[in-house]
Amino acid sequence: MPISENDVTRVARLARLRVTEAEIPQYQAGLDGILDLVAQLHESVTDDIEPMAHPQDISLRLREDQVTEDDERDLFQECAPAVENGLYLVPRVIE
Amino acid sequence: MLHLLSLKALRERLQKREVSSVELTKHFIDRIAKFSDLNAFISVDEEGALASAEDADKSLNKNQSGNLTGIPIAHKDIFCTKRLRTTCGSKMLAGFTAPYDATVVQRLANAGCVTIGKTNMDEFAMGSSNETSFFGNVKNPWQTSRVPGGSSGGSAASVAARLIPAATGTDTGGSIRQPAAFCGLTGLKPSYGRVSRYGMIAFASSLDQGGPLTRSAEDSAIMFNAMGGFDPKDSTSIERPIPSVNELLDLDLRGLRLGLPTEFFDSSVDTAVLGSVREALQILEKRGAQLVDVSLPNSAAGIPCYYVIAPAEASSNLSRFDGVRFGHRSEQADSLLDLYECSRAEGFGEEVKRRILIGTYVLSAGYYDAYYLKAQKIRRVISDDFTKAFEKCDVIVGPTTPSTAFKIGEKTQDPVSMYLNDIFTNTVNLAGLPSLSMPVGLDGSGLPIGMQLIGRFMDETSLIGTAHQFQLETDWHERCPEDFA
Repeated sequence: MPISENDVTRVARLARLRVTEAEIPQYQAGLDGILDLVAQLHESVTDDIEPMAHPQDISLRLREDQVTEDDERDLFQECAPAVENGLYLVPRVIE
Repeated sequence: MLHLLSLKALRERLQKREVSSVELTKHFIDRIAKFSDLNAFISVDEEGALASAEDADKSLNKNQSGNLTGIPIAHKDIFCTKRLRTTCGSKMLAGFTAPYDATVVQRLANAGCVTIGKTNMDEFAMGSSNETSFFGNVKNPWQTSRVPGGSSGGSAASVAARLIPAATGTDTGGSIRQPAAFCGLTGLKPSYGRVSRYGMIAFASSLDQGGPLTRSAEDSAIMFNAMGGFDPKDSTSIERPIPSVNELLDLDLRGLRLGLPTEFFDSSVDTAVLGSVREALQILEKRGAQLVDVSLPNSAAGIPCYYVIAPAEASSNLSRFDGVRFGHRSEQADSLLDLYECSRAEGFGEEVKRRILIGTYVLSAGYYDAYYLKAQKIRRVISDDFTKAFEKCDVIVGPTTPSTAFKIGEKTQDPVSMYLNDIFTNTVNLAGLPSLSMPVGLDGSGLPIGMQLIGRFMDETSLIGTAHQFQLETDWHERCPEDFA
């Protein structure tokens, strides 16, 4: 089932990646190639197999519900591209 | 000729005060500058390194040294460092300095290592040749027209060229073992959960694992012991200590069963590679190991399975790069959606975008069951294959890669042919097992050949021990590319 131009546009939108008209054929070909490769998956019969999401089939470790870190907002915002008064700046969302 | 000494030998010289850490650090910084054509480093921190070397010398003089005090090392540029920028080989993070150190960075610093710099890598660790780096490709010191492998290509090239005694790497589908094979090094991918992922930029979180690239098994044991172990900051970290260096190295090969999977010894592998692997097996057999035939019948499904699971996890992990909190921010954007889409389009390279798109596709409504869920089931089947094989043997052996290092540019136009390089390595990550690549020969044109050892979960000891016994008998690991001796 080859990937259509619409598929590329749909997936790019979901992935929040701007893909220009000119780039579509290149990504279409790339995705097609990969899907061809992974199509071999459909050859295996896996009816009664439990899916494996992770190499460790254990539940995650729990810890006490305690504050372990100080407020480090200023430190963490040092690497942000645009901040003001401790807030992250983005283009206007509400008019 | 300080650069020709092993980590262990350098440690002895430092501790006997026959050489100072400052001398050593200067020597390696000079070599990095002299061989900058290899493009193995993204950042070099001369000032910071010399300051830590001076501190190391003070500790050594006071006999207050740690296990690795004064030893210069380099980190793959995927490990966050407070003092140096961390780019992950991407334009997205070209100007990023992390607010904290990765646990691996912290542990090696605590052991006394001097961090000289950060090594080049495929962008976000997505690649097998180091050609997807925003900072340009890395050359293989054995033949500079060849790739060093990837994604830990800069670490491998720099250790092979003796620009640094040891370096860290990460392995999601073969990214430590394949470059180790291509550059004639010993590369260890520990069991999943052995080495903390805290501060290691995530690619595919259920597969990613950090480990050392070194010249010998002995050096690998020293590095693994220093960088690994339980870390409360990583929720998947295993609460068991790493064996001591002596425990890791001291293995009796007598009675050790080495399993040869028929699927790893087929006609798709270069004859020179197969020949060297077979010779290495004979040496191990002479020292008492038993060779047994085993089968991993679903290993051909490894690549398709991996190329669903790894991109799916990557598409989720890389959604954090939004142009708001860190990383590249587009100046074109008029709306919030524009800001996300343009920042990501400008910041990520082509291979990363391709994997984000395929990952998003296999997770999207209508395709999830057919691809992602199916791949997770195959993952179980592949993991069960290993469990069954380990009923008959203690260590699984075979070639690390089907061929030796390929030419720069040879596979860049065809992503799928690049992916096939990881055919013997990525099933190991799917199962979470430990694995090591060690040099076992050179092909007709003088390029290194790697042999892969795969162990039971948590059994790095049999891998490092077997490699060490092999290296006591052979000198492949001591070979140095001519121009760098």
